[in-house]
Amino acid sequence: MDSALAIHRLHFAFTVTFHYIFPQLTMGLALLIVILKTIAIRNNNPHYDQCARFWSKIFAVNFAFGVVTGIPMEFQFGTNWAGFAKSAGGVIGQTLAMEGMYSFFLESTFLGLFLFGEKRLGPRLHWLTAVAVWLGSWLSGYFIIATDAWMQHPVGYTLGPKGEIILKSLSELLLNPWILWQYSHNMTASVVTASFVMAALGAFYLLAKRHEAFGRTFVRTGVIAGLISTLILGFPTGDQQSVMVAKNQPATLAAMEGLFRTEQNGSPLAIAGQPDVEAGKLDNPVEMPYALSFLTTRNWHGKVQGLDQFPKDLWPDNIGLLYFSYHIMVGLGTLLTGLMLWAALELWRGSVWKRTPLLWALMLSFPLPYLATTFGWMTAEIGRQPWLIYGLMRTSSGVSPLVSAGNGLFTLLGFMGMYALLAVLFLFLIWREVEEGPARAELEKPALAHY
Amino acid sequence: MQTIWFILVAVMLAGYVLLDGFDLGAGAIHLIAARLDGERRAVLASIGPVWDGNEVWLLAAGGTLYFAFPPLYAAGFSGFYLALMIVLWLLMLRGMSIELRGHVDSPLWRSFWDGTFSVSSILLAVFYGAALGNVVRGVPLNKDGYFFLPLWTNLQPGPNPGIIDWYTVLTGVAALLVLTVHGALWVMLRTNGEPEMRSRRIAMTLYPAVWGIVIAITAASFAVQPRLWQSFSARPWECAFPFLAVAGLAGIRVALSRRAQLAAFLCSCLFIAGLLLSAAFGLYPTLLPAVTGSGMSLTIGNSSAPAYGLGVGFLWWIPAFLLAAGYTAFIYRHFRGKISSGTH
Repeated sequence: MDSALAIHRLHFAFTVTFHYIFPQLTMGLALLIVILKTIAIRNNNPHYDQCARFWSKIFAVNFAFGVVTGIPMEFQFGTNWAGFAKSAGGVIGQTLAMEGMYSFFLESTFLGLFLFGEKRLGPRLHWLTAVAVWLGSWLSGYFIIATDAWMQHPVGYTLGPKGEIILKSLSELLLNPWILWQYSHNMTASVVTASFVMAALGAFYLLAKRHEAFGRTFVRTGVIAGLISTLILGFPTGDQQSVMVAKNQPATLAAMEGLFRTEQNGSPLAIAGQPDVEAGKLDNPVEMPYALSFLTTRNWHGKVQGLDQFPKDLWPDNIGLLYFSYHIMVGLGTLLTGLMLWAALELWRGSVWKRTPLLWALMLSFPLPYLATTFGWMTAEIGRQPWLIYGLMRTSSGVSPLVSAGNGLFTLLGFMGMYALLAVLFLFLIWREVEEGPARAELEKPALAHY
Repeated sequence: MQTIWFILVAVMLAGYVLLDGFDLGAGAIHLIAARLDGERRAVLASIGPVWDGNEVWLLAAGGTLYFAFPPLYAAGFSGFYLALMIVLWLLMLRGMSIELRGHVDSPLWRSFWDGTFSVSSILLAVFYGAALGNVVRGVPLNKDGYFFLPLWTNLQPGPNPGIIDWYTVLTGVAALLVLTVHGALWVMLRTNGEPEMRSRRIAMTLYPAVWGIVIAITAASFAVQPRLWQSFSARPWECAFPFLAVAGLAGIRVALSRRAQLAAFLCSCLFIAGLLLSAAFGLYPTLLPAVTGSGMSLTIGNSSAPAYGLGVGFLWWIPAFLLAAGYTAFIYRHFRGKISSGTH
């Protein structure tokens, strides 16, 4: 791999991974805040308003960091991936511009009203601004997934005489069949993250014996939302996503699963093991016989193509990382579902507040959905390699031709330094909000006090 | 269709400069116009609810440029790589400084973010001006339609330029002056007491210098980029844009002496829009001139997306633009009025 290409890939991977820490929480949290506010209005219960106000402060900090780290993403299509921008800009520029024009304006307008307008707007209008912020953020997610879905599964285009990619149908681009499951899987995952964060903070307050009334509401809301979302995460969204990969990106699926050889009589599902790419086998395998065939073809003896069916230059270029990303995602997803099942059972029996080990587990588990989501995105994006646009354009031809490895490294290191600073500030600010607690979340500070 | 998209992108960018321009200008005068904590909070509160929305205009303009003129987006963004990355870092620091200043009740914490806010605002204004200077001067495009500019070479706008040369330094300083006055007029409009008086004094003091530098960049631009002569002589109606700019600049003085604060700010908007549109139409139909020979230049003809994309884009873009303009008008109406710095 040419080193400028490696630097540009790392540049995008690093900045997008850091960026997505924030939106995955805000998209899910926006929904949970709408739920809290809805309960407050329906039951005329100010306790839930207070909860919503507290989470709005956490939301605001995360949203600000999401905006600040999101701007470089759009820039990098041009700065680091000029070859891609030039060939495909006429297609994906549409969805990216739609995101800016339709969701960013909506979000930035209503977020200001939502954060600073509760007293002035009254409960119903304020509820509407919360809904607008939620819709804006989920619409933004839609346009980004539509962009990525086109890179995973290009549709609605024709090739020009010089091989340029020309948009043929905007409706095909926006209704790409790949979007449905990728979008629902991804948005469900963001609700999982928000649920775990809410439940973890509630568990923390209960264990620390502070703000216990709020702690109970947070645990109850987080566990109910967490149970529903973790279940949907596996079935149908995760299951259908992998069926789609099996159908459209068979080499990717084989690498994700560590399936080097094609079995005629049904393929096993590898639960654990280490891929040895040179030898073309899985070391120390723990396998469920025939399960992979059943999951991807709905037939215990269905044929699943192994990597041996594909020439090596079509193999994803980092099979080890792809295999582990996928397995870590699935493993963590299973663990999180189990934890929420346990918590929901205790909640139903009314004994969740007394189960100290359960509260400890909930409190400590909040980093796991972040990890699962990150590894899920790594599965999707490393799995797409060596293609930038699957089957259409190689990653190596998308890079900016005149931006050298040295200049790329300079700005990558710059971003690393900047984001290290941001990470420290973020943790500091969130910790302050957690320390201050929900009881003191005032209805509205005077405008000046905010600055 | 390509000309329509050229105008739409130019309007979006001009809208961005008008809107984010005043909050950059407010940042540039922040340390001077507001001394006490309450005064500084008032300056920040005057831009607080809108600065993020203002920056969305940059993102939306970038997105529009991306799908309407992909080869220009690719060439420009990769060619100005280093400058754009520095702009990104400055935008991050600046956004953080506005949002984080109030979170910790400590004079040291606030002083740090006040300084960061002001320095990043000043540098951003200079970089934006230098960027416009680079586009007017032209860049060394190769036959594949790419270029890469180092930050500086010999500081001359010759065949081997850098991002920084004497001409782009001049346009950078011009942008700083123009936006500082723009921001001062905004702060004057939105505050009362000492910040209002001081920002009025800043605007009055810098006003003659704006005339000076506008004359200087006009002369320098015609010297550096002969295309401007050809354009204005081929399409004399384009002289309306420089005329608008001059009228706006003159209007600022008249409004200031009559203490018409809103009129002064709006004249400044007219002035800046006139300047930007003069530059854009002075180059039209070229988008990015090449110093390596005019055959290499990126024009609306060789850099636009194919017809279907431009046509279908129009269908969703116009309603989206109307919505965005509506939100912007709404939020400015909602947060209008003077902000008192109080007794903090």
